[in-house]
Amino acid sequence: MKKTKLIPMMGDQVAAYAMRQVEPDVVAAYPITPQTEIVMSFSQYVADGKVKTELIPVESEHSAMSACVGAAAAGARTMTATSANGLALMWEIVYIAASTRLPIVMPVVNRALSAPINIHCDHSDTMGARDSGWIQIYCENGQEVYESIILAVKIAEHKDIQLPVMVCQDGFITSHAVEGIELFDDKVVKGFIGEYKPRFSLLDVDHPVTVGPLDLQDFYFEHKRQQSEAMDNSIKIIPKVFKEFADTFGKRHDFSETYRLEDAEVAICALSSTAGTAKIAVDKLREEGHKVGLMKPRFFRPFPREHIAKRLSPLKAIAVLDRSESFSGNGGPLFTEIKAALYPERHRPAVLNYIYGLGGRDIFAEDIESVFRTLLDVAKTGATDERIQFIGVRE
Amino acid sequence: MKASTQKKVNKDSKGKQASPQKKGWKSIPMGGLIERGGTAKEYKTGEWRTFIPVRDEAKCINCMICWVYCPDSSIKTQDGKMTGFDMDYCKGCGICASVCPVKCIKMEKEEK
Repeated sequence: MKKTKLIPMMGDQVAAYAMRQVEPDVVAAYPITPQTEIVMSFSQYVADGKVKTELIPVESEHSAMSACVGAAAAGARTMTATSANGLALMWEIVYIAASTRLPIVMPVVNRALSAPINIHCDHSDTMGARDSGWIQIYCENGQEVYESIILAVKIAEHKDIQLPVMVCQDGFITSHAVEGIELFDDKVVKGFIGEYKPRFSLLDVDHPVTVGPLDLQDFYFEHKRQQSEAMDNSIKIIPKVFKEFADTFGKRHDFSETYRLEDAEVAICALSSTAGTAKIAVDKLREEGHKVGLMKPRFFRPFPREHIAKRLSPLKAIAVLDRSESFSGNGGPLFTEIKAALYPERHRPAVLNYIYGLGGRDIFAEDIESVFRTLLDVAKTGATDERIQFIGVRE
Repeated sequence: MKASTQKKVNKDSKGKQASPQKKGWKSIPMGGLIERGGTAKEYKTGEWRTFIPVRDEAKCINCMICWVYCPDSSIKTQDGKMTGFDMDYCKGCGICASVCPVKCIKMEKEEK
C-alpha cells in the first residue's frame, strides 16, 4: 500500500495553504471570524516572501470584493475569503463579480448571519448567496477544502465557464479542527492550474475595453441569458475538470458523494461536515440490517439535478437536512432544490425536511439515527409528516 | 456590450430606416464587456426623445440662452446665430423652450 504522509492542519490553514500553492496575483481580504485564520496564514506567507501575491488589506468586505472585481478585470488571478456578515457586506459586488464573469475563487467559512449575533456554523450566509451566480462547493473536511480550492481555480477559469466559485466549509467545525491532510506538491498544483490567461485586461492599453457598462432594456436580458447558459453548461464541463484532477492527483471528485446508497431504501441528504456525522449513523443502522444510505451533494450551484435525481429517485424515503432556514414557509434551501429535482422523475420518494444546527448547535450521530428511524417508518407505512421539522431545538 | 456598438441600422429597398437588428445572446461578448474604445460616439441619445423642439425663426432674437442651458449641447450655432438643433443628441427635454425669453421654441410630439 502506498504510504500517505498526512500533515496536521486546521481547515482555515489548509485553505491558506492551497491559496499559497495557487499563488494568485491579487488577494484582497478582510478578516472575520471564523475565516480569520485564512487571512492570517496567507498574510504570513506574503510577509515571509513565500508568494508574490499582491495582498490588499482593505477596510471592509465591500471593499474586498470591489478590489477583487477590479483586479480580476485587470487580468489578475484573484482570490479572497470571508464568512457570514462579511459575505453579507460584500453582497452588491458578489453579484457583480458573477455577472461580469470574473473567475474569482473565494473560500467561505460558513457562519450564522446576525441577528442575534453568532459566530458559529450554519449555512445561512452562503445559502443566501445561492442565486448570486457563483458556483458553490460544500466541503465535509479539510481534505475536501484543500482539493476543492485547487479544483475551483480550474473550474472558474475554464474558458466556457468563467464564473466565480465559493468553496464552503463549516465554521469552527472544520475551519478550526485539526485533521491530517494529504498535501500535493507545489509544482504539480501549479502545473494543474496552469498559467492564467484572462480573456481581457483593463491594463492592455492596445486593446482598450469597458467593463460593467450601463445595460438597459435592449441587452441586459441577453447578458442574463448568457449567464444562465454558463451555469447550465458548467454541468457538462465540470466532470472534465474532475477527470483532469483525478489524472493529476489520483483523487476522484464528483457532484456528490454517496455513502452506502446503492441498495438503500431510505437516505439522508446533507451538506458539509454533517455528512461525516451521518456516515456513523449509516454504519450503525447497516449493522442492524437496515438499508440506509447517504447523499452528500458537493455542488449546490450549479445544482446537479439529473445527477442527484438519478441517485435518489429509486429510494422510498429521504430526509433532507438543512443547516439554514430560508424563512420561505416551504422548507430549507436544500430541501426545496431536492424536491424540485425529483419532481420530473417517474418514481418519487417521500421527502422530509429537518432544519438543524443553526448558530452552531451541535448535531450528533444519535440525532441522525433518529431521523433514519423515522424514515424507515415512513418507508414501511407510506405515511409522511409534511411539516418541516427541527432537530435539537428546545420546545 | 452596449447596445449602440451592436446596432447595425438596416435600410430597406427604399432607403428608409428599418428597425435595427440587434444581436442575440449567443453573439455578444460575455458579461457586458465592450471590446473596443470610443463607442459612445456611436450612441445617438436623441433616440430617447418623445418631444421635439420646433423653433419659430422669425421670433428668435439669437440671445443664446437656450445654448447656455441645453444639457446636451444640442443647440447649433453659426456666426453668433442660433441655427437649429442637433437631433442626434437632443433628448427633447424642453429646457430650451422653457428658458426662451421670447417663447419661440415649442415642444411637439415627435412622429416616429
